[in-house]
Amino acid sequence: MARIIVVTSGKGGVGKTTTSAAIAMGLAKRGHKTAVIDFDVGLRNLDLIMGCERRVVYDFVNVINEEATLNQALIRDKNCNLLYILPASQTRDKDALSQEGVGRVLDELKKDFKYIVCDSPAGIEKGAHLAMYFADDAFVVTNPEVSSVRDSDRMLGLLASKSRRAEQNEEPINEFLLLTRYSPDRVKLGEMLSVDDVQDILSLHLLGVIPESKSVLNASNSGTPVILDEKSDAGQAYADIVARYLGEDRPHRFIEDKKGFFRKLFGG
Amino acid sequence: MLTDASNTPFALEFKSASFSVPVLVLTTDDMDVIEQKLQEKVRKAPEFFKHSPLILDLQEANNQGCLIDLFELVGIIRKVGLFPIGIRGGNAQQNKQALELQLPTHSISSRDAPPLDEKKQDTASQEPEVNTHASSNIAVAATTLITYPIRSGQRIYAKGDLVVLTQVSAGAEIIAEGNIHVYNSLRGRALAGVQGDVEARIFCFDLQAELISIAGNYKISEDLGDSVKGKAVQIYLQDQALIIKDIELHH
Repeated sequence: MARIIVVTSGKGGVGKTTTSAAIAMGLAKRGHKTAVIDFDVGLRNLDLIMGCERRVVYDFVNVINEEATLNQALIRDKNCNLLYILPASQTRDKDALSQEGVGRVLDELKKDFKYIVCDSPAGIEKGAHLAMYFADDAFVVTNPEVSSVRDSDRMLGLLASKSRRAEQNEEPINEFLLLTRYSPDRVKLGEMLSVDDVQDILSLHLLGVIPESKSVLNASNSGTPVILDEKSDAGQAYADIVARYLGEDRPHRFIEDKKGFFRKLFGG
Repeated sequence: MLTDASNTPFALEFKSASFSVPVLVLTTDDMDVIEQKLQEKVRKAPEFFKHSPLILDLQEANNQGCLIDLFELVGIIRKVGLFPIGIRGGNAQQNKQALELQLPTHSISSRDAPPLDEKKQDTASQEPEVNTHASSNIAVAATTLITYPIRSGQRIYAKGDLVVLTQVSAGAEIIAEGNIHVYNSLRGRALAGVQGDVEARIFCFDLQAELISIAGNYKISEDLGDSVKGKAVQIYLQDQALIIKDIELHH
């Protein structure tokens, strides 16, 4: 049975698209046929992060308006042939999305794909609403600072009350917390909320912590999802997250300071 | 709302209230027919109509091109023993006449249900609200129990007592006509006794609220002393002042 995953946050710039690209790639690399959809109509970014911006012909809105078939619009990823990208339209706005149209496209994708990752735009308006409406699982991407945490909390409220599952009284959406741009050093200095602080406010199952890392920016600039950079800490953190989501038990990394061991040794 | 105004005696107070008032919808301008029909109705249920207030709805008649003279109509209605208290759906001429007769003009709102009996309870409705009116037939408002986290932006309204087992996030609002119990962290706003019950109380395990209020007497986060923050407390009203008191928890 196909599962629809929404990657959402409320706040902008916290790493939704980076996360969508990484986990979609991770799921595909593990052998699951996966599609990733850019819901940020008018502010198309996912194609850049996936490095397929020069191969976009048709987009999500074309499919919704039945100007193109799904197969015409889906772009096969250059690194993994089980991964497909459905780009957003850059020349339209969120009003081009309709609940009925989005539902139809998702239903069609469900026939052929195991996982469908919906990359939500920021905000809580139409684009974000439709990205999460049909979801089975939600990855709530949060930065360790108060405004991001509050926006995530708001988004969790909407997931619990305004989604299809909520409206039809079905089992609620599975919600997972992804803490991104985490820097143990800065937590220690009191400049950032700790994992415990965030957990205390959101009381949500922690799927993983992504450390603040140069590799994320490098990956974005080169158009390869960071999870493919297997040497990088962020890439490994995303690989852990995908494994945990698929049911594996992996200990959390990147929460403690890397130098913690030596500091303990030398009393630093 | 001022908590320190307890010494000032006051002579009057404005309060908001809603009433159910019959609306007379007219579809003719034949005053003889109107008078005759009205008298028939009143004869059937004299007790019900005796001195009953009435709002006159002229929209339908005006739409049909009937020209109702308000002076004449009001005269007839008073004659059969009813008290007109306003009009709605009138044209400019009729609104002017209403003013001269010292009758208020009401706007036609889309929320009005056409048949008189279909009263619909209209709760304070804001976007992601969760309506939690207990759907029982018992006359006394039942307790509302919440077992899922109340997130920022969500609103819960309980007709009776409200019991919350989960956290109440900052930016969330829980409102009850009775008492509020939160067996977890209370970080949002909690308003108990919102219909004026000064006996209502708030109980919580971990007070970090943005605002607490009982029967309209409130305190904001800034006014909560450090001595009570993060503590298990009960909050009640004494001489129009909010008292926050530790609850001794026996483990």
